[in-house]
Amino acid sequence: MSVRVQTEDFDLSHEVAALRAGQAQVGAVVSFVGTVRDMNDGSNVSEMELEHYPGMTEKALEDIVAQARKRWNIMDALVIHRVGPLEPLEQIVLVAVTSAHRGEAFAACEFVMDYLKTEAPFWKKEQTPDGARWVDARVTDDRALEKWGIRSGNAGNTA
Amino acid sequence: MNIELRFFASVREAVGSSRETLIVPAEVQTVGDVRVLLQQRGGAWAEALADNRALRMAFNQQMTGAETRISEGGEVAFFPPVTGG
Repeated sequence: MSVRVQTEDFDLSHEVAALRAGQAQVGAVVSFVGTVRDMNDGSNVSEMELEHYPGMTEKALEDIVAQARKRWNIMDALVIHRVGPLEPLEQIVLVAVTSAHRGEAFAACEFVMDYLKTEAPFWKKEQTPDGARWVDARVTDDRALEKWGIRSGNAGNTA
Repeated sequence: MNIELRFFASVREAVGSSRETLIVPAEVQTVGDVRVLLQQRGGAWAEALADNRALRMAFNQQMTGAETRISEGGEVAFFPPVTGG
């Protein structure tokens, strides 16, 4: 298992090759790559800055992967999340999971992303024609996590 | 008791600080108590940490609720809902 928070870009082919190198028991690799859109909530986005909580971020991501391992019989998992300034078209996040069969890898990959969206301490600030703004958390992300039986209250938390 | 405070994203900008060491009085025993103590500074503090603001909290780098007890040297963080991924 590996978790990395970095400013540098990543290469999907290279990372997946490294994840399954020599692992002949692996029969399925599922990966997800999140990228920067040039449009969000009706505004053009020219740049995005990602802030995080050093120390806690790594712990949170490792905990998320550990929870995925408890739920599914996966071989390995990799999470890379970038921080700092990013422009549209750039890659933000990679989650890759290996397992013997596809079902476990698909589910675990989606679970890690859904969990990350609501429980890992990252924050996005966008540059738009109207100035800089912090991205609002989405209730739909809380709902995505609910399908795994976990309540977040990230976006809904006003208490 | 001494605790470390951390602030991130919009909360950090609003209070104009990313971290500080704070000596808290004995009656301040939970993360929620720390929030109230900081609200009492008034101004941007009262606004950014107001009860009706969407705010998430962590103690020793774990997401937590207001009822979590703090301890000597512990790290209490306040930040808005997370938006990574």
